[in-house]
Order: sequence, then C-alpha cells, then structure tokens
Amino acid sequence: MLWRRFLAVFIKEFVQMRRDRITFAMMVGVPLMQLILFGYAINSDPKSLPTAVVMGDSSPFARSIVTALQNSAYFRIVESPVSEARADELLRLGDVQFVVTIPVDFTRDLIRGDRPTLLVEADATDPAATSNAISALISLNDTALDHDLKGPLASLKNAPPPFDLQIHRRYNEEGITQFNIVPGLMGVVLTMTMVMMTGLAMTREQERGTMENLLAMPIRPVEVMLGKIAPYIFVGYVQVTIIILAAHYLFDVPVIGSLPLLFGSAIFFIAANLSVGFTFSTLAKSQMQAMQLSFFYFLPSLLLSGFMFPFRGMPEWAQWIGEVLPLTHFLRIIRGVMLKGNAPYEVWPNLWPIAAFMLAAMALALLRYRRTVA
Amino acid sequence: MTLAIDVQGLSKSFDGKTVVHDLTLRVARGQICGFLGPNGSGKTTSIRMLCGLLKPDSGSGTCLGYDVIRETDQIKRHIGYMTQKFGLYEDLTIQENLQFTARVYGLDRRNERVEASLERLGLHHRRNQLAGALSGGWKQRLALAACLLHEPELLLLDEPTAGVDPKARRDFWDQIHAMAAQGITVLVSTHYMDEAERCHEIVYIAYGRLLTYGSIHQVIAEAGLTTWAVAAKGDGARIATLSQDLSGKPGIDAVAAFGAGLHVGGRDAAALERAIAPYRSDPMLTWQRTEPNLEDVFIDLVARAENDPRAA
Ligand SMILES: Nc1ncnc2c1ncn2[C@@H]1O[C@H](COP(=O)(O)OP(=O)(O)O)[C@@H](O)[C@H]1O
Ligand SMILES: [Mg+2]
Repeated sequence: MLWRRFLAVFIKEFVQMRRDRITFAMMVGVPLMQLILFGYAINSDPKSLPTAVVMGDSSPFARSIVTALQNSAYFRIVESPVSEARADELLRLGDVQFVVTIPVDFTRDLIRGDRPTLLVEADATDPAATSNAISALISLNDTALDHDLKGPLASLKNAPPPFDLQIHRRYNEEGITQFNIVPGLMGVVLTMTMVMMTGLAMTREQERGTMENLLAMPIRPVEVMLGKIAPYIFVGYVQVTIIILAAHYLFDVPVIGSLPLLFGSAIFFIAANLSVGFTFSTLAKSQMQAMQLSFFYFLPSLLLSGFMFPFRGMPEWAQWIGEVLPLTHFLRIIRGVMLKGNAPYEVWPNLWPIAAFMLAAMALALLRYRRTVA
Repeated sequence: MTLAIDVQGLSKSFDGKTVVHDLTLRVARGQICGFLGPNGSGKTTSIRMLCGLLKPDSGSGTCLGYDVIRETDQIKRHIGYMTQKFGLYEDLTIQENLQFTARVYGLDRRNERVEASLERLGLHHRRNQLAGALSGGWKQRLALAACLLHEPELLLLDEPTAGVDPKARRDFWDQIHAMAAQGITVLVSTHYMDEAERCHEIVYIAYGRLLTYGSIHQVIAEAGLTTWAVAAKGDGARIATLSQDLSGKPGIDAVAAFGAGLHVGGRDAAALERAIAPYRSDPMLTWQRTEPNLEDVFIDLVARAENDPRAA
C-alpha cells in the first residue's frame, strides 16, 4: 500500500532531521542570515564616499563647491586640502574613492567666464560604487555656485554651466565591470574551494574510522594540521594561476602591478581559508556538517566583502564584519595590484589583517583538535 | 618478572554512565592476555585508556613503565594499537599505508622496514593494491603489519579477528605466539572461546567490571562449577524447551548450548543435582557429569554480575 510506505519514509526523515542539529540550524539560520544581509547590509547606492580635495584655490567659490559636494550626501570629505601626490596615494591605497581637484586659477577663470575645469578622479576599480555619485556630480555642476553668482556675476549662471567638469575614471577608464569581477572571483573561488577542502579533512578521518589510528600514533596536532593544509596551497596556486591567465587573456583585465607580489600575498589568503576549513572540520561531526559550516562562512564573505555589492554602501556594522573577513582584504589587494599597480607597502595594510585572521583560525583549530577519542 | 601493564582502579564514565569500573590489571612482559567480555562491556574503552587515547576519570598506573595519564606520548611511541575498526586509509595502497605509518613514527631505514614487513606478512605481491579492496583477513594482516613497524614492546589488539575466516585466524594466532616468544606482550580482546584458550591468561569483564582473571585453569577452578552435559535423542526441540525450563531454577547457575546438547552448571553440586533430578528420569535425555568449560564459567559470572546490586 503506497500510503503506508510513504508514511514510513516520511516519519523516518523527520526523526533523522530532528537529530541533525546543524541541518536544523541551517534551515533556520540561512534564511535569517540572508534576510539580514540582503535586507539591512546591502545597498547598491553607496553614499558618503570618502573624498579628498586638492585646493589649488581657496576662494569662497571653491569652498562653495566643497560644501555642495558634501551636501549631495554622496561625498564625504575626509582630507582637505591635500597635495596632489598625497591625493594620488590616497586613491591608490583605496582610502578615498574620489579626489576633487580645484585648479589654481579657478576663481580668476570663473569670473572671466573662461569656464575653468574641475577635475574629479574616481577610483573606478568598482564601477558600481561610483556611478551614482558621478551622476550626482553632473547635476551639481549646474547649481553649486548659484548662491555665489550674484550681481554682475549672475550672467554666468546661464547655460553653459560656469565651470567644466572633467571626470577621470582611474584604473578602469571605461568602467568595465569585468575588471572588478574577474580579479575578485579569484578571492571568491579560493574562499569556496579552500574552506571546503580542509573542512572535510578531519571529519573524513572521523567518518572513515581512521581518526583513532591517527590519534594512537605519536603525531602532534600542529603536525597533522600543517600536513593537511600544505597540499592545498598548491591547489590554491593552480587556481590563482588559471584565473590570472583567464583574466588577462580572455577578459583583457590589465595586470599593472607585480605578479610575484600578488602570488606572495595570495599564500596568506589561501592559508587563512585553509585554516578556517580546518577549524570547521574540528567542530563538525560529519563531512556534511563541515560543508554546512563552510556555507555559513561563504555567504557573508560573498555579500559583505565588497565582491557583490559596494563595500562602502553597507552600514557601519556590516563594514566591521566585512573588515574581519579575509576576502574583503584580499579583494582590495588583488584589485590594488592588478588594476592600480600597488607596491608592497600599499598592500601591507590589507595583508596583515589576513595574516592575523589566519593565525587566529589556526590557534582555534589547535585548541579544538581533540587528542583523545570521543 | 616485570609488568608491561600495571594499572589500578581505572574508571571511565560517559554522560554520567560508568562504562569502566575500577579496573585493576597486571600483565607480565611476554604474556598473551585475552580480554573477554560481552559487547559493550568496556573492552575498547579500557584499551583506549591503556594507550593514552582516553583519560581515565580516576585511577592510575603504567604501561611499559610510562604513566598512563602523563606520559601518553611515550606510550604511543612504544606500543602498537590495532583498532577495532580498520584504521588505515582505504584509498592508499598497502605499501603507501605502511610508508605513511613508518614516517609518522619517524623510523630510520624506512624502505627496508617496509619491505621486511611486507615480506614477513606475505603482503609482498599485493603491495600496490588499495587497502579498501582487501578482504577482512588481509586488512587485518595489514593493520597488524602497520602496528608492528616500529617494533612495539606491547601490542593492544581490539577484536583483531572479528570478521576474519578461520584459516586467517589460525595464522594470526600463530603469529601472536611467535611474537610473544620474542618477548612482546599482547593484550587481545576477542569473543571467540577457542582464541581465549590460546592465551596465557584471560581477563573477563562485564558491565565494566572485571569478573575474573588468571590462566584458564585458574579461572575454571575458581568458578567452582559442577557441570552436567545433556544430550537428547531425536530432534533439537526437546533441548530448546529443556534449556528454557532449566534456566533460572534454584541451584542452576549456567545453562549453555554445547554441540547439539546443553551444559548445565551450578556452584552448589547438591542443589544442582536436586534441580535436575526430575529431568534425569526422562528417557529421551542422557545426562553425564563433565568438566566445565570457559563458556559455562562466563555465563555463570555474567549472571552473577547481573544480580549484583552494584552492577549498572
Ligand atoms: N565515546 C563514547 N561516548 C559515549 N558512550 C560510549 C563511548 N564509547 C563507549 N561508550 C559506551 O561504553 C560502553 C562500553 O563500550 P566499549 O568499551 O566499546 O565496549 P566493548 O568494546 O567491550 O564492546 C558502551 O555502552 C558504549 O556505548
Ligand atoms: Mg569494542
């Protein structure tokens, strides 16, 4: 009779589901996490983007422009005034999204009606992060000086606008999305595969019954951990190489910086993810649970790192979480090296957080590693 | 006479349930000690405590002179432990498994040792076979080879012959005796009575308590059982009903199947005779006094342990 047999399986599945706490936690946790992340953390219209201003001229006109920028809500002046060299450095470090340069003779040319040029340089490595801000700039052009152009200058208000706006998309002139996505994919692929690989490492020993034998032998946890992690560093490098080749030859993504620097930085990121996976495998009771834990790690990494959505569009709490995740920093490193040609000292601010994360994950894994059965 | 194993009062509980109770065990070097007991009686747990894989809740002692609580690293280096479940890698070949084990123990002359081990165990021609593809008997040989590589002084074998055919079992035991002759101490858990009889001494535990300990003769003599063998003419149905009738009768402490008949044992010979008297006149049955065997003794011991108020 079909109904009875159906019920048999149905009831059995329910009982098994109830036993498996992690799966249960997944069923509740994943939707909650997605709701929170998509609902509160993600914003594809980032505002308040850090901006530096190079003041070639500090007349009331120039100051009005700065005020108008701030009033637009898209720009947050973090350093002003700065030298051109410093502005360039800030942009390369990724500390500012925009550099606005008010040229030396701005006021003089403005009053003469020579329509001076206001230069706005945008870090276009992530085109999505800057596009709305740039649109806002264009409307700003018309209105920024409305209050200042009074009396004899009122005539300047008439079209065309009193000054010219030159927008320079740095590092990605044409705003090509692939320039952002393809290098970023390297980090995403590594996060996904590396965590999963070692995530299965200890649980596999447990499930196949080889763990007890391993524990009975004179081998230290740190030896087991490093021995299990090291082979996957090679796997990671194979992936890095494939993606760089594809990025360059299939997608024409420029590789401006030094490849050795990129490879050298990658080892920390790969090791950090492998350590996370190893930690998961000491926490999980089965390979299945290890996979589920990996998913819990992967989801926020994907959403909060700045890969899928602009990092600066997220609320502060989400940025804090993002700052902890290795992927966030690695994305900045790859984009920095490949697109901006970052030098080692410019990579460092994003490298040490990855290294610190790696050490913390390893320490946790070793703490969790059981030297006795059960 | 030095002791390979010398532990006192080892106890272990899981989730509030005591699994091993106050275990005291002394095994002299070069002895083969059989570790017997029903499933779940705490054999594996005891062995794990001896080799440093589990920390006893209480108790103390030494294995090969190393403290079982503090010097587990030393113990691991000097003992060979064969787990109940096959513990090597099924996706590695025989040779790769042995190489791995030799590396973990940091052995010198690694290739030489692996070769010698393959040769000795007759695994030479199978070296490139995946361990997962081996039958139970061959897996057992491989597991034994792996735990002998580092020349341990003490072997802890947890049900090594479960699921192994009789011929392989016999070979295995010959090997164990050869090793004991070289001075290696062996503690081996088993369910087979014929294997127990090949041990120098046996330990029997049930419900986590040691019930008896000594050579087979000592164990049988100490039990003080009087035993009768019953055989029935005709079919086995008579024996089955008889077994049910006799079990639990006052004076009858152990009823065990023996061949096609039964062994009926009791500690008090007179009481036993009174209990079986009504059945002795049954023309279908033949009764005969006999020597108790290990199984009779164990059945009696377990029955007594069950009635013991201390038992879990
Ligand atoms: N890690 C553990 N957690 C909880 N209970 C355990 C654990 N290991 C063993 N036990 C319990 O301890 C008892 C003894 O087990 P074990 O030592 O494996 O017996 P044996 O090897 O004699 O069959 C069993 O009831 C078993 O369920
Ligand atoms: Mg067992």
